[in-house]
Amino acid sequence: MNQMSTARATEKNTQMVGERSTRISARKVNIYYSEKHAIKDLSIEIPDRSVSAFIGPSGCGKSTFLRAINRMNDTIDGCRVDGEVRLDDKNIYDKDVDVVQLRSHVGMVFQKPNPFPKSIFENVAYGPRIHGLAKNKTDLEEMVVASLKKAGLFEEVKDRLNSPGTGLSGGQQQRLCIARAIAVNPEVILMDEPCSALDPIATARIEELIDELRQNYCIIIVTHSMQQAARVSQLTAFFHLGTLVETGDTNTMFTNPQDKRTQDYITGRFG
Amino acid sequence: MPDHIVKAYDQDIQSLKTMLAEMGGLAEEQLHNAIIALTKRDVTLADSVIARDEKLDQLERQIEEKAILTIAKRQPMALDLREIMVAIRVAGDIERIGDLAKNTAKRTHAINEPLPRRLSPGLTRMGQMAQAQLKNILDAYTHGDDVKALSVWRADEDLDALYNSIFRELLTYMMEDPRNIGLCTHLLFGAKNLERIGDHTTNIAENTYYLVHGKSIGEDRPKKDVTAMMSTSDMK
Repeated sequence: MNQMSTARATEKNTQMVGERSTRISARKVNIYYSEKHAIKDLSIEIPDRSVSAFIGPSGCGKSTFLRAINRMNDTIDGCRVDGEVRLDDKNIYDKDVDVVQLRSHVGMVFQKPNPFPKSIFENVAYGPRIHGLAKNKTDLEEMVVASLKKAGLFEEVKDRLNSPGTGLSGGQQQRLCIARAIAVNPEVILMDEPCSALDPIATARIEELIDELRQNYCIIIVTHSMQQAARVSQLTAFFHLGTLVETGDTNTMFTNPQDKRTQDYITGRFG
Repeated sequence: MPDHIVKAYDQDIQSLKTMLAEMGGLAEEQLHNAIIALTKRDVTLADSVIARDEKLDQLERQIEEKAILTIAKRQPMALDLREIMVAIRVAGDIERIGDLAKNTAKRTHAINEPLPRRLSPGLTRMGQMAQAQLKNILDAYTHGDDVKALSVWRADEDLDALYNSIFRELLTYMMEDPRNIGLCTHLLFGAKNLERIGDHTTNIAENTYYLVHGKSIGEDRPKKDVTAMMSTSDMK
């Protein structure tokens, strides 16, 4: 993981995706669940400081690939990952990679908000505390407040930081989970359908937040809402039956996709 | 292209296409009659053209409403989105073509004497050319034929060239005898209307190309209408 930090510090990675430098580069990735070949020979470059959306029908492998980016698949029995996933210049599947450290660099937000059954404050303080990021109590408090502010939640909860996180509304809980993810200073945030359990207003708040966060993070979002992908992302990747069919600038993907399968899917003709 | 999973979505787009086909057919007829009315000084025919223009306006409104409703309900993407946006634009162009046909027909009332023998063939020819351009572009649009659309787009040059020569001729007439000015001015506007109709067909051509390819033609259209820079001293 030290190597990873060095690579970041020296801006060694000069490869570009469009106008942005590449943060994640996957090469010939194959993922198997026992016999099932879930991801086939996938290669993709994910740009830094932007939002990349993975779209595709259920079972196409988009969530599987998303989870491969912070090695969440390691916990699944029978799951095997071949190929390289490079974060900056380091293959995260190398033997010397500390998975716990990796996940502090690559945070994740899930479909259903999953705050810990602790106070709002403790939910956010948890990460910095276990990773030893705060020097003292004041430092920790500052980190929590800063993260809550970045997640656009602070104003709503500042008077009740000690109330349980599970007492918040769904949209607030999801923003709490985002605050928790960014509290450990990740470079990458993975979001697996972060709005599918939220109402349109809470969804709009999260989308607004994603748009702000992309100034500082590399964000990857899996979504079933094509309109959401079109609204929040700059790069869109279309998955189908375990293969990456088409990747491109979001504006082009939704107005003039090149592959017929992409066209059929985004226009509602699949099936 | 396979059907949409939601059948009503296909019906929405089909009904737009049906209305556009009706609009296109009506505009062709209006233009045809307007040219006959003007060149043959048929006031009754002119009046029927004027009266039927309302139908074109009405169809345009219906297309617009249907398109907006479809966007709101279906949030169209890619080809569907282009199909709907292009339908709105093409309906706008056809409606303008209808206005120009109507304006041409109106001038029939103002013309009290037979058309100068020399002029009549030029105007008739220009009318035929404009009609052919309109027919071809509506065919190209209906069938998503980008090659045909491009050929219409390029052929507008010829219509411009013919307009230039009619413009010169009318100017010469007016200079020869000021009593011709009234008649010639109306004919000049009539010819200009046909030239403008040509421009609208090129808009439809550009939209057809965009519909098929998802990008614009990407070159400047050759333009031959130079009358804006012509003065009477050029005539001598």
